Amino acid sequence: MRPNIISQTDGTMLFIIACSIILLLLVTVAMIYFCIKYSRKNHPVAENIHGNTTLEVTWTVLPTILVMVMFFYGYMGFKNLRDIPADAYTVKVTGQMWKWTFEYPETKKKSDTLYVPVGKDIKMEIHANDVNHSFFIPALRVKEDAVPGRTNYLWFNAEKEGRYDIACAEYCGMNHSYMYAVLMVIPQQKFDDWVKVTPAADTTKKATDSLKTTGKDSLKTSAPVVDTTKKEVKQVPDATKKEETKKDSVKK
Amino acid sequence: MANGSIAVPAGREEVVDFYKHESKHKGIMSWLLTVDHKRIGLMYLVVMIGFFLTAMTLGFFMRLEMLTPGQTLMKPQTYNTLFTLHGVIMVFLFIIPGVPAVFGNFIMPIQIGAKDVIFPRLNLLSWYLYIFGGILALISIFTGAADTGWTFYVPYSIRTTTNVSLTVFAAFVLGFSSILTGLNFVTTIHRMRAPGMTFFKMPLFVWGIYATAWIQILATPVVGITLVLVILERTLGIGVFDPALGGDPILYQHLFWIYSHPAVYIMILPAMGVVSDIIATFSKKPIFGYTPIAMSSLAIALVGYLVWGHHMFTSGMSDTSRVIFSLLTFLVAIPTGVKVFNWVASLYRGSIEITAPMLYTLCFIFVFSIGGLTGLVLGTLNTDIHLTDTYFVVAHFHYVMFGGMGLLFFASLHYWFPKMFGRMYNEKIAKLACIIFVIGFNGLYFPMFIMGYLGMPRRYYDYLPEFQTYHVIATVSSWIMISGILLMLANLLRGLRHGSTAPENPWDATTLEWTVPSPPPMENFDEIPVVTKGPYDREGLKEASLKH
Repeated sequence: MRPNIISQTDGTMLFIIACSIILLLLVTVAMIYFCIKYSRKNHPVAENIHGNTTLEVTWTVLPTILVMVMFFYGYMGFKNLRDIPADAYTVKVTGQMWKWTFEYPETKKKSDTLYVPVGKDIKMEIHANDVNHSFFIPALRVKEDAVPGRTNYLWFNAEKEGRYDIACAEYCGMNHSYMYAVLMVIPQQKFDDWVKVTPAADTTKKATDSLKTTGKDSLKTSAPVVDTTKKEVKQVPDATKKEETKKDSVKK
Repeated sequence: MANGSIAVPAGREEVVDFYKHESKHKGIMSWLLTVDHKRIGLMYLVVMIGFFLTAMTLGFFMRLEMLTPGQTLMKPQTYNTLFTLHGVIMVFLFIIPGVPAVFGNFIMPIQIGAKDVIFPRLNLLSWYLYIFGGILALISIFTGAADTGWTFYVPYSIRTTTNVSLTVFAAFVLGFSSILTGLNFVTTIHRMRAPGMTFFKMPLFVWGIYATAWIQILATPVVGITLVLVILERTLGIGVFDPALGGDPILYQHLFWIYSHPAVYIMILPAMGVVSDIIATFSKKPIFGYTPIAMSSLAIALVGYLVWGHHMFTSGMSDTSRVIFSLLTFLVAIPTGVKVFNWVASLYRGSIEITAPMLYTLCFIFVFSIGGLTGLVLGTLNTDIHLTDTYFVVAHFHYVMFGGMGLLFFASLHYWFPKMFGRMYNEKIAKLACIIFVIGFNGLYFPMFIMGYLGMPRRYYDYLPEFQTYHVIATVSSWIMISGILLMLANLLRGLRHGSTAPENPWDATTLEWTVPSPPPMENFDEIPVVTKGPYDREGLKEASLKH
C-alpha cells in the first residue's frame, strides 16, 4: 500500500516547519540575548574575536545534513506523486480561458465537473488549449501545469466522498481567479451510472457552475455549497479579443 | 579619472565637498553630465525612491482591492495590470539595481580607497540606460499596460493585446544598465584598490558588490535575449516559444529563470554585505568569520546559478531535472545559513549600540530568517507541488526581497546618510519608523503563508470567502507598513534640511569611507591611503577567543 499523498506531504511540511521554527528561535534568541548582555552599557569594551574554525565547520556540516534529510523526505514524497499506479483510471482534462473540461475514456463523455469514484487511483492527463494553466486540487495536495503543446499528468486517490475545489494556479488572464471547477468524489456505483449517460450531455452547463465552490476551508472535504462570486463577469476586455481569432490556430 | 587632473585643495578645513565642487557645468547640468560616482549614486537614489513609491502605491491599491471578495474597487483587468506593474517596477527598477546602483556607486569606490570607478563615463551611461528603461516602463503603463505578471510567461505574453512589447523592451534596456554597472564594478574592484588593500582586506560590502557584479555580467544577457525573442515572437511570430508554431513554452521558463533566479542574489548579496559592515561598526569589533562570509557570497553567486529549475517543479519539466534542481536548491541554503550564524556570532562579546541602522539590520536578520526558512518547504519537491503558485510563494519572496533587500536598503540609507549628505537625522523617529514598518510588514505578509497553505492561488483578483479574514489582516497591516515607510522618509527629508551637521565619522566605524569628510570631496581622497589592517580591525581591543 502506498503512503497517502496528503499525509505524506503534510508530514514533510510539518517536519521542515518544525526544524525551521527551532532554527528561527535559536537565531532570534541568541541575537536578542547578545544584544542585551553585550550592550554598550553592560559591556563597554568589545573583545577581539575574529572567528572560530570549529564553529564554522559545525554550522556548515549540521545544516547540510539537515537539509539533505529534508531533501530525502521531499524526494520520497515526490516519487509517490510521480509514480502513477499502473491501473489508474485516466481522465483527460483540458484547460482553456477560463474553464476546465474533463473527458472520460470509455464514453468520451465531457463534463465541467470532475466526477471520480471514491478510493480509486485517478490519473489526470493535463492539456491546455490556449495559454498555461495549472490544475490544482488544494485539498489533495496535487498540482501540475497545463501547457499548450504538451501533455502533463498527475494522479490522486480521493479517499473520502465529497466536493473539493479545483483551482487554476498559473496566471492565465482576466478571469484567472474565476477558473474554479468542482471535484465530486462519489461511490463507484454512482459513478458508473453517471459515466454511462449519453456523451456530451453535460457540456451545455454553463461555465459559471465552476464558480460554485466547496466553501469553508478548501483543504477540508464535504463542505456545503456556497456561491462565492457575487456576480458573473460578463464583459470581455481588449486583452481577450485576440483569443477568439487565434484559438483555431492553437487547437491541434 | 573623473574630472581630469583637478586636485582637491589640501588642508582639511578648506575641503570643498562634491556638492560645492565647481565643474565646467552649472546647475542641473552639473548633475546630468557628471561622471562623479557620488553624484551618479545620488541620482540613482532620487529616481529610485520615486519608482519605489510608485510601485508601493500600486501595491496599496492591490491590497485595497483584496479587502473584500468580488469587486471592491476595480475590474479584474485593472487588478492584473496593477500586479504586473508592481512587479516590474519593484523588481527591475528598485530591488535589482537598488543597493549596487546607489550604495555601490557612492560608497564602494571610497571603501576601496579609489577616486572614482574605473569607467566613469560608462557609469553615467548606465544611469541613462536606467532612466530610459524606467521611462519606457512608465510609458507602457499609459499605452495599454501589460497584464502578464512580471514573469511575462508565454504563450499568454504572446497572445495578450496589451502593450507587452514595450514593457519587455523596458526590461531589456534596464538589463543593459545592469550589465554595464556590473562590468564597471568588477573592473574597479580588481584595478582600483588602494595599495595594501588585498582582496581579504576589503570590507564585506565590497565582497557583496563583487559577487553580484559577476552575476550581473554573466546572467543578465540571458534574459536580454529571451525578452528580445518575446518581442520577435509577438511581432514576427518566429515560433521559438509559441506552441502553435512549434515553439516551446517551457523553454521560455528555463531561459527566464536562468537570469531571474540569480537576479534574486543580485538583489540580496550586496545588501548582505551591508549587514556585515553595520554589525561590525555597532558592536565595535571585527566581524566573526570574515573569510567564511566572503566565501559564502561567492558560493551563493556560483550555486545560485544552478537552481533556477525550482521555479518550475510543476511545469512539466522532466522528473529527473526536478530532483536535481531540488538538491541544488538545498545546497544554496547552506552558505546563506553560514552568513546568518556568523552575523549573530559577531554580536558575541561586542559592545553593542542599537542605533537606527543597527535596528534595521537586526530586524532584517529576523525577517530574512523567516523568508529563508520558508524557502526550504518550497525547495522540497512534494511540498512545493502543493505550495507553488500560491500565496505561500508571495509571502516567501516578499519576506526575502522586501524584508531582505528592502529593509537593508533602509538600513544602508540610515547608515550612510551622514556620509552622503553631511547631516544627521532624528534617531528616535528613525527607530520608531523601523518598528512600525516591521510590525506592518509581518501583519501584511505572514497571513499569506497560511492562505497559501490553505490553497489560495496567487495573482487572483477574487477569492473564496474563507480567505477574507487573512486578507483583511493583510490589508490593514499594509496601511501600518506604509505609515512606517512614509515616517521614515519624512524623517530623512527633515534631516536633509534641519539635521545637525554630521562629523567625519559619526558611528566610530573603521572602513575607509569614514576617513574622508562628510560629504566627501570631489575625488574622495587628497592622497590615496595605504591600507595596512583589516577592514574592521580596531586598536586596543582585548584579544579573546571562544574558549573561556
